[in-house]
Amino acid sequence: MRDFYVLQSDRYTGIMIKLFKVKEKQRELAENSNGKPPVKKQSAGELRLHKDISELNLPKTCSISFPNGKDDLMNFEVTIRPDDGYYLGGTFTFTFQISSIYPHEAPKVKCKTKVYHPNIDLDGNVCLNILREDWKPVLNINTIIYGLYHLFTEPNHEDPLNREAAAVLRDNPKMFESNVRRAMAGGYVGQTFFTRCI
Amino acid sequence: MADATTQQSSRSRDLDKLLLRPGHLVGPAFEPGTELRDDLQKYVRILVVGAGGLGCELLKDLALSGFKNLEVIDMDRIEVSNLNRQFLFRLEDVGKPKAEVAAKRVMERVSGVNIVPHFCRIEDKELEFYSEFSIIVLGLDSIEARSYINAVACGFLEYDSNDNPQEQTMKPMVDGGTEGFKGHARVILPGMTPCFECTIWLFPPQVKFPLCTLAETPRTAAHCIEYAHLIKWDEVHSGKSFDPDNPEHMQWVYLEAAKRAELFGIPGVTYSLTQGVVKNIIPAIASTNAIISAACALETLKIASGCSKTLSNYLTYNGVEGLHTKVTEFVKDKDCLVCGPGILIELDTSVTLKMFIDLVEDHPKLLVSGASVTHRGKNLYMQAPPVLEEMTRSNLSLPLFELMDKFPKGVVHVTGTAGKGDNRQSCLRKLRVAFKGVDGITDTDMAGGA
Ligand SMILES: [Zn+2]
Repeated sequence: MRDFYVLQSDRYTGIMIKLFKVKEKQRELAENSNGKPPVKKQSAGELRLHKDISELNLPKTCSISFPNGKDDLMNFEVTIRPDDGYYLGGTFTFTFQISSIYPHEAPKVKCKTKVYHPNIDLDGNVCLNILREDWKPVLNINTIIYGLYHLFTEPNHEDPLNREAAAVLRDNPKMFESNVRRAMAGGYVGQTFFTRCI
Repeated sequence: MADATTQQSSRSRDLDKLLLRPGHLVGPAFEPGTELRDDLQKYVRILVVGAGGLGCELLKDLALSGFKNLEVIDMDRIEVSNLNRQFLFRLEDVGKPKAEVAAKRVMERVSGVNIVPHFCRIEDKELEFYSEFSIIVLGLDSIEARSYINAVACGFLEYDSNDNPQEQTMKPMVDGGTEGFKGHARVILPGMTPCFECTIWLFPPQVKFPLCTLAETPRTAAHCIEYAHLIKWDEVHSGKSFDPDNPEHMQWVYLEAAKRAELFGIPGVTYSLTQGVVKNIIPAIASTNAIISAACALETLKIASGCSKTLSNYLTYNGVEGLHTKVTEFVKDKDCLVCGPGILIELDTSVTLKMFIDLVEDHPKLLVSGASVTHRGKNLYMQAPPVLEEMTRSNLSLPLFELMDKFPKGVVHVTGTAGKGDNRQSCLRKLRVAFKGVDGITDTDMAGGA
């Protein structure tokens, strides 16, 4: 092994100018050395996401798709078809947007399907703790998908994003159930129209 | 002519004390003399990333430290709120590109310096643009931008067959950052000292409030701002995404936040707080910027000239209570996907992707089974989910050499399961692939390795 492995970065003190000089002279000689293919920069976030995606282990009720093809993993869609609970039979699609500093930052997740749900508002914002205040870099895409799935089997009225739906769930579960069915079949709940998602 | 020479020598008088004389703190290869001083002016090209609070200071400091070839890149335009600390800008400059005005002002003031401005996003430039600089100095306020430049600079680094970094491919970075009364300055010598990604945990994650709190029970000015930014915006602008760099969008969020704050009787929503919360920026203080930039400019001079040992490797400054500075020597992550050497594998050009995946499973340093493979953003093979497995399956029978665009060498990343029995765990590894018997290796072919 060469000696510089043991030495500190001090070894470089003083040699840099010589390297710069050589490089600058080369650069002047090789002006316009084009013809190299453009190189895509793969961020650390993309690499970690590659790992998450290649290890996905989805339940039968969930599927994933990549609208921009196999080489853009940073934007994808997850479709959930709950097999239990109020939302049985419905199909709900979420969009995922992943940042280049993932997993330092949580994915941005929105519900594309308009849904009558206490924890999802009419613009698709989702109240799920691990997407916001409880996100940790050790969590992954699989965890989020399971979290979303549980929102459908166990909607909760304590973290409302759709206040009316939350109040109905709390005070009148029977009515909540019929509202959910009506919304999923395509129709009005109160003033709001929902498109069919069954 | 004679006048110019006198002026020149008097200006570099203080610098000459560092560059023309030996000393006991100098590096082992330091060769003092006028040649060194001239070489620094002639051959060192420095890129300053960011022309904001830190960038203004950095350009001024670097120009006054004797560097003659500077370039600066920034995508922002000057706003009124910048004027208190971004001292190169005047009221009449509002709306103009920061990079252009900053370059012009420093050139007017410091004769002989040439500063080329680039008014664009850092991602808009080709990798070749970045490869031409001797040192990259960062005066940024975002983690994303730092992470990007770090990946670019580390991507130029090559390792020899003994996994030692090749010094002529090393692109040093000096990074400054401030938040209010706090700041840091660090020196990154890729392959030698930890890169940005090795220590990304140093940056605290952004505080994210639960959406239901924002929607139902706001208690602070920041809650009102995030409500306007994350919930109200979508409600009103269906389909149009919010752009934090668009002042009109920011103004809209500010006004909505102010309305909501009034409704709930919450004080403290201002335009600058809105900007701060939405962009996750704590307003900077001119003096902190000056201190951190000075440290960065000095380290740049030290790296380039060798006139003293460089900061090793992370300085923190805290002026909140009294004044503290501390230098910590962080260690690099030897398995870092961005700056680490990865594992060298030599292959014949005929090896197919399928054979490569089998090889990775048997390789004593890897033992990764069920590998998925990615190369420069192209997913060559994905084990899961089924939809991607199907899309990439046809690659299995193709030679890896062809899938890697027939380059003599390159970097691929594999993910899979390492270990045996109960010790099995998922892993992500960097591999340096070199093809046997292929000529034409030049040192730029590895650019973009990470
Ligand atoms: Zn690193």
